[in-house]
Amino acid sequence: MNQDYPTVAQRSSSALATNKVLRNTYMLLSLTLLFSGFTAALSMFLNMPPMTYLISVIGGMVIAMFVLPRFAHSTAGIGIVFLITGLLGFGLGPVLSMYAALPNGGNIITLSLGGTGVIFMGLSAYALATRKDFSFLGGFLMVGFLLVLLAAVANIFLAIPAMSLMISAVVIMIMSGFILYDTSRIIHGGETNYVLATIGLYMTIFNIFISLLQILGIMGNDD
Amino acid sequence: MDWMQIISALALVMFIVILFPAALDRMRNSPKGTSSDWMGFIVPIIIIVLLVMLLIKLV
Repeated sequence: MNQDYPTVAQRSSSALATNKVLRNTYMLLSLTLLFSGFTAALSMFLNMPPMTYLISVIGGMVIAMFVLPRFAHSTAGIGIVFLITGLLGFGLGPVLSMYAALPNGGNIITLSLGGTGVIFMGLSAYALATRKDFSFLGGFLMVGFLLVLLAAVANIFLAIPAMSLMISAVVIMIMSGFILYDTSRIIHGGETNYVLATIGLYMTIFNIFISLLQILGIMGNDD
Repeated sequence: MDWMQIISALALVMFIVILFPAALDRMRNSPKGTSSDWMGFIVPIIIIVLLVMLLIKLV
């Protein structure tokens, strides 16, 4: 009869650990989003050229892929997360300046920001409330993401606006899947490092925001 | 074609090459979802598509 007690204690301690990872992830995510907003505003104020976006995204991705995993389990990892998110935010500056210059640019930026917030909070609440295991999405999402990257390479040379619109729409769907997948991994103990969890969720938010800007920019432009 | 497009294309190809082994690994090792699992994914995605359509109407 007493044999059940260690199991209950183990489950309770595992649930506490999961809650701690979730809390730390959302706390760090909020701070990095605020920091990104600050660096984006700074970049707009400095009137950075369009190539800043490309350099920042490549730099941010390279640091996220090759540097962050080495420091993710130390306090230096938090600094690197701020470096990556600050860099990506800084790259957003020229993009936001470009949209702000459109006749309804303010509306496009506000709606993209609001839409991104609604999508992220809605999907996170759904994953947290249902506690469903979305680990089955892993392969599907990764292959889908690779196919989108291939289509994006093709569209650099083809430059078809409709294809660009389609790519942005698919990116939003895939990133939405990644929000469910990543949140479910934290809930079920698949991700115990809040630094890596934060950067994963940040990337999904960043991609959804950029894709929404592109869709609303194309659809809201009368020319 | 300007140099920014060439760098963008090269960066994307680099990401594809780096991510390909991870994608292959996840394809092989991901658990299979039931139809009910897939519905739990498809329904929120449909809601998001509707939300994006609403945003397009609003802009």
